[in-house]
Amino acid sequence: MFFLVIKRILLGLITLFIVSLITFAGVEVLPGDACTTYLERQAFGEALEACYQRLGLNVPAYERYISWAWGVLQWDFGYSLSGEMKINEVLGPKVKNSLVLASASILIGIPIALLLGIVTALWRDRLPDIIISTVTIFSMTIPEFISATLLILIVAIWLEWLPGIVIVPTDATVSELLPNIILPVIAISMIMTAHMARMVRSSVIQVMASDYVQMAILKGVPYWKMVFRHVLPNALLPAINVVALTIAWLLGGVVVTEVVFNYPGLGRLVIESISNRDLPVVQALAIILASIYVGINLIADLTTLMLNPRLKSLQIKK
Amino acid sequence: MTKKKEKQKNTFEKICEVIKTMASKPSGLIGLTILIFHVILAITSPLYVPYDYKAIDPTLMLTPPSSEFWFGTDSLGRDVFTRTILGGRTALTVTFFGSLIALLWGGALGIFCGLVGGKIDDVVMRIIDAFLSIPWILAMLLIVSLLGTTTLVLIPALGFFYGKGIVRVARAATHDVIAKDFIVSARARGHSNLSIIWNEILPNVRDAIMVEGAMRWSWMLLGFSSLSFLGFGVSPPTPDWGLMISNARGLMSFAYWAVLAPIFGLSSLIIGINLTADAFAKALGIDRSTKAPV
Repeated sequence: MFFLVIKRILLGLITLFIVSLITFAGVEVLPGDACTTYLERQAFGEALEACYQRLGLNVPAYERYISWAWGVLQWDFGYSLSGEMKINEVLGPKVKNSLVLASASILIGIPIALLLGIVTALWRDRLPDIIISTVTIFSMTIPEFISATLLILIVAIWLEWLPGIVIVPTDATVSELLPNIILPVIAISMIMTAHMARMVRSSVIQVMASDYVQMAILKGVPYWKMVFRHVLPNALLPAINVVALTIAWLLGGVVVTEVVFNYPGLGRLVIESISNRDLPVVQALAIILASIYVGINLIADLTTLMLNPRLKSLQIKK
Repeated sequence: MTKKKEKQKNTFEKICEVIKTMASKPSGLIGLTILIFHVILAITSPLYVPYDYKAIDPTLMLTPPSSEFWFGTDSLGRDVFTRTILGGRTALTVTFFGSLIALLWGGALGIFCGLVGGKIDDVVMRIIDAFLSIPWILAMLLIVSLLGTTTLVLIPALGFFYGKGIVRVARAATHDVIAKDFIVSARARGHSNLSIIWNEILPNVRDAIMVEGAMRWSWMLLGFSSLSFLGFGVSPPTPDWGLMISNARGLMSFAYWAVLAPIFGLSSLIIGINLTADAFAKALGIDRSTKAPV
């Protein structure tokens, strides 16, 4: 068991190492570099040399990679090009804003998804299932920028219930943020909830069809007792992995939603830094987002391992 | 010769049968109808669009829908109806060929990895995992800002990026058949590796790969339109739904029609592809409900 956990963590670290190599190489082959972007038209002769000297770009790529990676390990991403700020300072408030948005969506989304998934599975192929399943298909296939735009059009412009875009300073406190993020949270959690609800549904249906549930029915176990004692604990275990995958997917969806709502978070930073060719920030964002993804998956894997004794012995036998 | 003809006829019959099974359920029928409608529209629309899609007329800015302009005009006085029915062309072409590329390289690499196994397999899968853990939007933006936003760049870029999921599916499917008796006996008969891949493995993993490819198609469409929405996709004045939505969004409170028309076009196509992919999976007897959404 201990060995297995260590192995998983090591695999995650190797993945992150490859990600860092990929992004470093990707940024390396982008035409132009930090100095040509920063100096623009003056990028020649002495000024360019001096800039290379100052930013340390005159050493070979692998040396720069090593010093960059060493810095990242100590939570130091170097300097951003625009405004010459430390990337840590640029990132800090945006990471917090995106975290608030994501966790609000997750906190609202997971309970609703569980409820919808269980309801649709228990009333399978009957009216509640048909209605909810149709709605979930719609809300998860439509791109997030469309559902967000429609939400703004209907709720903010036609009904005038809520503000359409988020106007808060980047360093707003959580209590200032919360009343402003109702629409973005709805937009994000709609898609996430739909994904999770479908997973929970198929998982519950599978367990309901299993031998021991049939056995319990034949033995005369009361329906609701059977659902809560026998079906749900077994059905929700595989759902943990799905929740992790959905949260990881959220990273991409949040970017688009943040742009639609003009929300000062990581997503807008991604777009801005790529438009401005702010390469150090792009590198930092790639490695941070990938770490979140790998971390969430790792936690999900380990939780399922801990909670499922069968899987544990299976893995060890392997 | 006759044998080959017979085989071809069988494939044709099989395709007909699959389509029939897909159309026998309401959701599959709706999906197929929407998809075919969009494809026909995309192919034929240049023949009968009422106006020039790039004709700018400042006197007609933001006219509401009328009998003259069915869906109104946008902020530059361009006819929204024309632009909407032309808007699917780029999206469909790019994502169709993109998924084809994804299928080919993802399927080939997946089968190769499943067959070879060992160290090579380990290394390739690690790299695929690493690519999977970079959020798609960041990777796509990097590729696009690296190589530009022409169609010729977007197709291979999307194809490359969305193929990595297919590698996993193809590899898993190959693993399932690799230990079966008919492969062992083909080896014993002295068939070459290529012949085994072509005649024994491919027919058995084809369904799984194709279903995954159909699903990737809808995701790719989502990714492509998100890119154009963010301003990193096709460049104006090309009519494209994502671009149209992002342009008309700012004036939504005066001119909702300019935003609703492309929204309707894009959502109906994505839903159509999704329902079709779902019905396709069911018709081939692959239960995707436990693996991927829908």
